[in-house]
Amino acid sequence: MNPSYQDLFLALLPETLLLAGALLALGLDLTVFRRRSAGQRLRLALAVAALAVVAAGLAACLGARGPVFGGVLVLDRFAVATRVAVLVLTLLALGVAWGASVPGQPAEYVAVVLFAATGLILMAAAQQLLLAFLSLELASLSLYVLAGFDRKRPESAEAALKYFLFGAMAAAFLLFGFSLVYGVTGSIELPRIAEEISLRGPDPLLMVAIVMVLVAFGFKVAAAPFHLWAPDVYQGAPATSAALIASASKLAGFTLFGRLLWTGFRGAAGPAGSLAGGAGWIPVLAVMALASLLLGNFAALAQSNLRRLLAYSAIAHAGALLLGVISMGQSGPAPLFYYASTYGLATVGAFGVIAAAERGGRCQDIADLAGLHRRSPLLAACLTVYVLSLAGIPPLAGFVGKLAVFSAALHLGGIACPAGLLAILAIALSAVALYYYLIVLKQALVAAPAAGAGRIAVAPVTALALLAAAGLIVWFGVDPQQLLGLL
Amino acid sequence: MSLLPWTIYLSLAGAVLALAAGRRSPAAARWAALGTAAGAWVLALAGAARFVPGAGLQTLADAAWIPGLGVRYHLAADGISLTLLVLTGLAATAGVLFSWNVSERAGEFFALFLTLVAGVYGVFLSADALLFFVFYEVAIVPKYFLIANWGSTNREYGAMKLALYSFAGSSMVLAGLLWVYAAGGGHGFGFAELAQAAASLSRHQQIVIFAFVFFGFATLAGIFPLHTWAPTGHVAAPTAASMLLAGVVMKLGAYGCLRVALPLSPVGFAYWHATIGWLAVVGIVYAGLVALMQEDLKFVIGYSSVSHMGFVLLGIAAATPQAVSGAVLQMFSHGVIAGLLFAVVGRMVYDRTHTRRLADLRAMPLYRLLPFAAAVFVIAGVASMGLPGFSGFPAELSILIGAWRTVPAWAAVAALGVVVAAAFTLRAIALGFFGRQEAPASPGAAGAHAQAIHLEPITLAEKAGALLLVGATVLVGLKPDLLLDWINPALQSPLLQAAMKAVAP
Amino acid sequence: MSPAPLLSLVIFVPWAGALLLASLPRMGARAGRVLALAFSLSTIVLGLVALGSFDCAFTGYQFIERHAWISSLNVHYHLGLDGLSLLLVLLTGLLAPASLLASWRTERDPRLFGLLFLLLQGAALGVFLALDFFHWFVFWELSLIPAYFLIKLWGGPKAAPAAFQFVIYTIGGSAFLLLGFVAIFAATGTLDFVQLAALGADGTLVARLATLGGFWPQAVFLGVLLGLAVKVPLFPFHTWLPPAYAEAPTGVSMFMTGVMSKMGVYGFLRLLWPLFPGPLHAAAVPLVWLALGGVVLGAYAAMRQTDLKRMIAYSSVNHVSYCLLALFAVSAATGRSGLTSEAAAAALSGALLQIFNHGLSACALFYCIGVLEARAGGRRGLGDFGGVQSAAPIFAGLCAIAMFSSLGLPGLNGFVGEFLIFRGVWGLLPWAAVAACLGLFATAFFLITFWQRVFHGPRAGAAAGGFADVSGPDIAVLAPLVALMFTLGVLPQLLTRLFNPLITVWANHLPLP
Repeated sequence: MNPSYQDLFLALLPETLLLAGALLALGLDLTVFRRRSAGQRLRLALAVAALAVVAAGLAACLGARGPVFGGVLVLDRFAVATRVAVLVLTLLALGVAWGASVPGQPAEYVAVVLFAATGLILMAAAQQLLLAFLSLELASLSLYVLAGFDRKRPESAEAALKYFLFGAMAAAFLLFGFSLVYGVTGSIELPRIAEEISLRGPDPLLMVAIVMVLVAFGFKVAAAPFHLWAPDVYQGAPATSAALIASASKLAGFTLFGRLLWTGFRGAAGPAGSLAGGAGWIPVLAVMALASLLLGNFAALAQSNLRRLLAYSAIAHAGALLLGVISMGQSGPAPLFYYASTYGLATVGAFGVIAAAERGGRCQDIADLAGLHRRSPLLAACLTVYVLSLAGIPPLAGFVGKLAVFSAALHLGGIACPAGLLAILAIALSAVALYYYLIVLKQALVAAPAAGAGRIAVAPVTALALLAAAGLIVWFGVDPQQLLGLL
Repeated sequence: MSLLPWTIYLSLAGAVLALAAGRRSPAAARWAALGTAAGAWVLALAGAARFVPGAGLQTLADAAWIPGLGVRYHLAADGISLTLLVLTGLAATAGVLFSWNVSERAGEFFALFLTLVAGVYGVFLSADALLFFVFYEVAIVPKYFLIANWGSTNREYGAMKLALYSFAGSSMVLAGLLWVYAAGGGHGFGFAELAQAAASLSRHQQIVIFAFVFFGFATLAGIFPLHTWAPTGHVAAPTAASMLLAGVVMKLGAYGCLRVALPLSPVGFAYWHATIGWLAVVGIVYAGLVALMQEDLKFVIGYSSVSHMGFVLLGIAAATPQAVSGAVLQMFSHGVIAGLLFAVVGRMVYDRTHTRRLADLRAMPLYRLLPFAAAVFVIAGVASMGLPGFSGFPAELSILIGAWRTVPAWAAVAALGVVVAAAFTLRAIALGFFGRQEAPASPGAAGAHAQAIHLEPITLAEKAGALLLVGATVLVGLKPDLLLDWINPALQSPLLQAAMKAVAP
Repeated sequence: MSPAPLLSLVIFVPWAGALLLASLPRMGARAGRVLALAFSLSTIVLGLVALGSFDCAFTGYQFIERHAWISSLNVHYHLGLDGLSLLLVLLTGLLAPASLLASWRTERDPRLFGLLFLLLQGAALGVFLALDFFHWFVFWELSLIPAYFLIKLWGGPKAAPAAFQFVIYTIGGSAFLLLGFVAIFAATGTLDFVQLAALGADGTLVARLATLGGFWPQAVFLGVLLGLAVKVPLFPFHTWLPPAYAEAPTGVSMFMTGVMSKMGVYGFLRLLWPLFPGPLHAAAVPLVWLALGGVVLGAYAAMRQTDLKRMIAYSSVNHVSYCLLALFAVSAATGRSGLTSEAAAAALSGALLQIFNHGLSACALFYCIGVLEARAGGRRGLGDFGGVQSAAPIFAGLCAIAMFSSLGLPGLNGFVGEFLIFRGVWGLLPWAAVAACLGLFATAFFLITFWQRVFHGPRAGAAAGGFADVSGPDIAVLAPLVALMFTLGVLPQLLTRLFNPLITVWANHLPLP
């Protein structure tokens, strides 16, 4: 059937709406809202953006399904779910931005957020190497900019620079890998690539290519040993940007690479169900997962800076999510998607709390959270929900996510296979993780406020966003079938 | 019977209510909490009254929860669950009564307390292993905050240690359960299904899985040498929390051993039961000896709890019907007695004298200043010694009989533990409450000293709580059949029978 | 009409009194004392009622009460009375009020004292009447707690460690007793004394225990033995006794020596012998040596005491060991030449008489020492007195009678028991009887010394100033005791008729060679 541009347009309606929203925000800011104060400009831009995101979300839900434009994109359930989830996370991030400190150029900021969102939702649907790279770069470039947006702090610039340098290198690896794949298989479309691989069998050059792709993967999701950018970026970037980087980008990244690996490179996967030797990318992922789990958890123990702690915990969670990727072949994308999206909710919320707390004073170290229950009961309660979800305490969504992923990992072959062993290790390490999460909560809920620390006022929209995130976490925890059943 | 799940929901609702009421005044929060706790207890008793003892679990609620993972929301009860539900209600109500003087952040205190209670009710009612685990974990976070916020000695350290040990134990359990579920084909988490799944694994694998699950639960039960969190944590906790933690939450671990671990793999149980029995008796004696050396009265009781839980684990390890029913009876009995002991030491003594050191208490002496507290402590102490006439004796007798049948040496060492228990309890009574008797050097000084210590009289709430608990231990001590009539039929269930027969045919 | 539960009343009326005292904290001192005494007297009243309708010729249990209690452990609420128990109930009924009267002048908290004492009394009665291990053990252990507090709170300067040692020692022994019965239950499925005695008699019990293998069967026997031996006490498990008796207040010492030590002897007769005739026989000769040790060494240790209370405490060890000597001699001679049923009957009836008579005399002696101590302002050394006889002749007279009764002077009650024991033991194990005579000599020595130093000669020490003669309570306590000493010395049949048929049955059941 001939690919039709009309179909393409309809399929890409969400992206279009987002871009339109970005341009509209920029335009209005340049013309109508010029004389307003920075705060007002921010809020107006956010309102426009929010409308755009909601519209995009509706379009994604109700829109086209199936392969689009000859298989360049695929809008299967996984893709659609991810797109909607990314948009929800973006909306929450926008809500958080409402009550955060105002960036220098508010409308531009909002526009870049929307660009990033565009890239991310495109990543979720890509089924072709070129599009994958394009969308990835679009998202990444926007995120680099967002990371460096706070020009008053040198850490922000440093964060952006590090992110950019690492990202660029990763992009180089990715591109090189993709070219090798094309060279070997002769196609840039994932289904065709899969056919070629199954015909040819394992090929050393192909393995090299896949490893290079995995390097980029590791970078994108902050898995060890490609995680070095994460602590600095999470610490330096403005809280709202960090929220987006930590949540939506991770989700989209896992979706994209999961699809690449399983739809495209399935034939080179290697043994999943046994510890026996055998080449493939699954053992590589397993090693990455091991490194991430160990490094993330143990490094987090030593942190006194809250954001770095969240960064290392993100690395640890990435390790667990990699298990979800490994088991995707047998159990489908549901566990991975559930875990990643609920993790995203919790992270957006956590950074949202940090952003709101920054209005009332410094919020970098864990000790800065002292007495949060007195300074703002709302923030303390929401933070509790997010942190406990990250720790994996039932009946919150984080627990079910871990359960689903570990269950799927053990399904592969019990503990006779690497994924199973890693699942057991991850369960054991969750006790370690509880320690540092409780340290955070101890400061927030037990410790007395520092001298001179006053009440924190939270803007209603931000409060709404935080409560929505917490509510979703609780809802999905108590009734997980809603989310798991989608896929 | 179908009232029983409402104990969970009522407690959760009460938690929210207490939180809201706490905004108005601490008194409102207290009354909300008391109403909820007593109401849930009444529900448990009502359900128990209608209960017809039978061999297996009787289902109360069953719905699919996470079909993708095979987890069902399955609640059921049998005689053992009922015994423990009644205990929970009693301990919770008494705990609220003994917390009547909490005024700082009272709403949050009672909310956390009731959440903990709800989690405990949920554990005792779960018939799906993963649901069991969920409720078990729900109880962990309130524990941390109760201790860290309202506790005393070394509270932050004690709270963290307690929470981490509990969580580590439960992580081991989760690992074991998931492994069985996945390896066995993964149809569901019901106890029978898991047992079937486990049976299809190799013997070596079953042994490892059993170790994970049993010792994971046994950590919370205070098995030697994984018990060190218990004295620290319980001493650090505020009174009501100590009562609930030592009295009921430690029983969650033992209940998990009995309900989840034992039926899971009789093969594994047969392999491990000797080790468990020896660790249990060592724990009984070791904890007792350590209690004998303590200078802080609350630590004496903390270690005595570990010693008594050793009896429970011994009963489980011995695996004869007598021993296991004794173990369940001991769970109830110790729950009540530990509640009494912590209540007296924490609420009646410490809140008034602000000291728990035996050297300080000796100089008072308390039996003149607080005769009611002294009398209650003596009763609790002798009950804790296992003195006949109180609930501890029939329990320990049954356990000893069962242990004797399995490995006679266990019974001998446990009997030694009884003597050690008598020694440290008597020391605590003597030094803590019945200190100096000799005439003072100058009468004036003593009179002035005695008058200088003016302690508030025991309040009505404390008296009510104490009488509830004393009544329970005496009642069960004189008529243990009240509980044994529920417990014994429950031991006939096929799953438990399979486990017991594997050890003691 | 179903008969009134007489035995339950015997046990629970004192406890009802204790409960009443506990629930009236504002009661005055005098009212408290009177109430306690009234409830304490209920025992002798009920005991006499039982005596009235007791059929001496029937050797089984009378006034039986048996109800199902804990089905899963096959435990029944089982009470019963035979000659031996009746003897002990009457003894308790006599000595308990006497002990309370001895402490009539306690200033400190008489209500609490009376309350604890009534609890102790009820528990002791329970031990003598219970016929199922479960509640027998309840009473056995429960007696310790009031005793502990009575010693600790009203005792002498070193009362706290003495009380602690007493309780821990006894609980230590009881733990082994408990373990023994756990094993017995595991082997037989019952804890009822009557059923167990039947199983013991035909050897089934030992056979079932033997299936345990290893040293466990002997360990069970030793466990039960140990638990009972600590209570009596049997040498060398007696070291808790002198400090406890010496530090306890007078009334408590009286009750402990008069009644509580008999709980141990009762245990031997009711439990150890019927259940384990074979193992007891096997261990009898070493046990005879231990009993002799108690007899001889107890008496010699008494001789060397300067504290009067400790002297009589050691003397208690001596006297109670006679009872055990008789029992062990009977068991040792079983199946050997020398065993005749007359010798066995003599030994056993002597032991039972000795139980009662020693109760009377030791109780009276402790009372007298208490009087001396009170008059001397807390001193009770041998050298603190002199010539009391001339200062308080009536008191001296009564005390003399008690001393001679303890000595075993013919004409007084002590003689009959000791004579029968010696006669029986001579017939069974002649060498043991000879050795026991050493104890007699030593007893005579220290009692005469007591008389001579304290009562005889010129007035000295505490008697140098005023020394009041007997007062009301003194007469109330000593007169009945002394009267009984005379009566039973001349008419021992009053007691022996209660248990002679029982003894005949016991003696006849012994396998003669």
